[in-house]
Amino acid sequence: MNSDVQGGGASLGGDPPLLRLERITKRFPGVLALDRVDFDLRPGEVHVLFGENGAGKSTLISILAGALRPDGGRVAFRGKPIGLASVHHARALGISAVFQEFSLVPQLTVEQNLFLGAEETSFGMLDKAALHHKAVAVLKRLGFPLRPSQRVAFLSRAEQQMVEIAKAFRSDLSVLILDEPTASLTERETARLFALIEQVKAEGVGIVYITHRMSEIRRIGDRITVLRDGRYVATVDAQTSDDELVRLMTGRLIDQIFPKVRFRPSETMLQVENLTTGDGTVSGLSLNVRRGEIIGLAGLVGSGKSEVGRACFGLIPISRGRVEFAGEETTGLAPRRMLDRGLYYVPPDRRDEGLLMMRSVRENIALPALSLPSYSRGPLLLRHTESARTHALAKRLNLQPLRVEREVDHFSGGNQQKVLLAKSLTREVKLFVFDEPTVGVDVGTRVAIYEFIRDLCEAGAAVLLISSDLPEILHLTNRVYVMCRGGLAAELGAEDISQESVLRHCFEREAA
Amino acid sequence: MTSNGEDGTGQATGHPITYWVQLAFVRLGVLPFLLLIAVVVFTLMSDNFLSGRNLLNVVRQSTYLTLVAMGQMFALLTGGFDLSVGTILALTSVVGAMAMAGTYAAMPDAVGLSILVGVLAGVATGTAIGVVNGIGVSIFNVSPFMMSLGMASVGFGIALYLTGGVPVYGMPMEFGDTFGFGSVLGVPTPILVTAILILILYVLVNWTRLGRYFYAVGGNIKAARLSGINTRLTLFLAYVLCGAMAAIAGILLTARLDTGEANIGATMPLESIAACVIAGVSLRGGVGRLENVVLGALFIGLVQNGMNLARIESYLQTVVIGALLILAVLADQFRLRYIASLRD
Repeated sequence: MNSDVQGGGASLGGDPPLLRLERITKRFPGVLALDRVDFDLRPGEVHVLFGENGAGKSTLISILAGALRPDGGRVAFRGKPIGLASVHHARALGISAVFQEFSLVPQLTVEQNLFLGAEETSFGMLDKAALHHKAVAVLKRLGFPLRPSQRVAFLSRAEQQMVEIAKAFRSDLSVLILDEPTASLTERETARLFALIEQVKAEGVGIVYITHRMSEIRRIGDRITVLRDGRYVATVDAQTSDDELVRLMTGRLIDQIFPKVRFRPSETMLQVENLTTGDGTVSGLSLNVRRGEIIGLAGLVGSGKSEVGRACFGLIPISRGRVEFAGEETTGLAPRRMLDRGLYYVPPDRRDEGLLMMRSVRENIALPALSLPSYSRGPLLLRHTESARTHALAKRLNLQPLRVEREVDHFSGGNQQKVLLAKSLTREVKLFVFDEPTVGVDVGTRVAIYEFIRDLCEAGAAVLLISSDLPEILHLTNRVYVMCRGGLAAELGAEDISQESVLRHCFEREAA
Repeated sequence: MTSNGEDGTGQATGHPITYWVQLAFVRLGVLPFLLLIAVVVFTLMSDNFLSGRNLLNVVRQSTYLTLVAMGQMFALLTGGFDLSVGTILALTSVVGAMAMAGTYAAMPDAVGLSILVGVLAGVATGTAIGVVNGIGVSIFNVSPFMMSLGMASVGFGIALYLTGGVPVYGMPMEFGDTFGFGSVLGVPTPILVTAILILILYVLVNWTRLGRYFYAVGGNIKAARLSGINTRLTLFLAYVLCGAMAAIAGILLTARLDTGEANIGATMPLESIAACVIAGVSLRGGVGRLENVVLGALFIGLVQNGMNLARIESYLQTVVIGALLILAVLADQFRLRYIASLRD
């Protein structure tokens, strides 16, 4: 199976793997999340799991952590077959996971969270003194600047991430699973985390590491296992080239994923000057978007890039600055008014704020347009027109299966995303703001979405693409604004757009 | 993957009867089965149950609940609920009766006018409670639970204060004769009024923008807002409509009782929510059909009538209604899980 063992940890080559998964299969209603996946982890290595959203990485680590049970396949721990029955069971074996979604109780303190479910007791009562000492010891060992008595609700996201990581270290570790742990950490905190990883590696702990960042793979990875659409693709050495990794991950060459766009910038559609939001997530930002071009807005999670789009669409209050749309001042107008003027915002999380999951595709697509004369007359809906138009739009986006009366919830993630995009076509739109348009979709849909965006741009619309997906920014846009901590770090013209330049500006201010 | 049917409902192999039962369960929910069971059981328990006269009686008795349940549906569709419907009934009854009796006493000849004044005063008062609920929920973001619970107490207190707990007499005979006991072309007035309102609301829910917006706001309020819907106005109108429907029910019930009563409608919050939930209206909002809610209200009326005929004590009847509500919720959860398993 994994006979292609690379030299990464040559000295450990002879040891039995810490953990070995064979032909793991997991089925969810409607999808095969994992299809006979193999994976093995040696003591003292960092094994990176690599793949697109929806490739099955999260499912795989959930199985490792005991949170999900596989429908087929075998798991062996230190050579002995085991069935991981629960998170508790996995913990008892020393397998701990730090998921992206935190499992913290905000109302409790740091130390209460650290030992949640594993509280120390004496005579049936909580041994608070012992818990406090242990919490202090764990935090000290990790070097995290947290007060054990602080309430988690008052911590920043990075600090909550630290608590989550500290939880994994509260007892003896043999396998540590980290799911994009640096997503909300600063460069300094990241460095500390990596030092920590080196330390536990030396102690013989095996680390399963999920990341999308190539640079991290180079820095700490030993081997990489690539998954695609729930299947095992390959296990390769961490020094494999970026292009090769992308090819393994997507099954295509980069130019096959990103269409060529013919930019023809004309008049300015959106002009933002000195924008500062009421919640302080954006401060003093200026940018402009013209017709016939795709503008990228890049930055780390929490850099405020999403909030720019939301503020322009009237979703979050603006405290200072002005927004001008199509030559008219629109600062602080409600989403309804912005829609009527021709700005359409496609939200990043379709379940949270994009779609009515329990309603039909038809009702979802038609929703933004119901007040238009083509969809209603007076208060009455024109239901035949509505059916015909939504059907045509669903067809144009290649919805599969093409059944507009079906509830959105019953479609796959990629097709739900198509419904979300189809909504934007019901109206006359001059500026499209796409906020993370390809989150959680497979490669095929991703390609379709890129072509969709290209068509809009070439038809003369202005497009603002807000994305954390670097390749998307690099290959699809003709101008990029990089944001950092709520402010503008750089504006890059077509010739300056490169991975290095964008990433450098993402982190720029931290060094200062 | 085995043979997947077109709808994902085709997996039920074996008996064609089993298949149809499963299909009906998936498509329609528990209500048809409950109705069927209720009719069979009560027919066996009482000879009079299945007579035309009794069934007409059931329909007439159910009109009040039907009206309130339809109003309640709007609150539920938007993801909330209204616990003050009972109070609205009581307050409408008291204020309507007082206004009517007062006008009638001042102008004994103006029967029509005093009825009009009474009805308008009652409906306006009841709707006003809905307006307050709506303002609280939509503008001040008070949870519907607290808002309507608080208003239930406020309204009930006002109704008792106004009457001192004594029924209000002195309305013109014609009011009760027309709206309580009268009939038009053989159809009792309450049934006629309810039927007209069912039609109006059916059009509102299915064929107007506002109707669609109720579903959208309950289905996902953030998505609705991003789609350019005035979510606050929609929420507000849901509670106003709910209040108005309860107020109309209150007036019709006052006509039937011939007195203004402060202590009517106490069971309405539970029964109206039960009627909706049994009819498949989701407590999380966004899902539900008006025609099923009407059937749900009829079902509850049917069960109460059947239990009366079978001489089941009224205290025990309360037990049965509560148990049915829980049963319906359980069955609905089972149904959702069943649908999910079929989609595999």
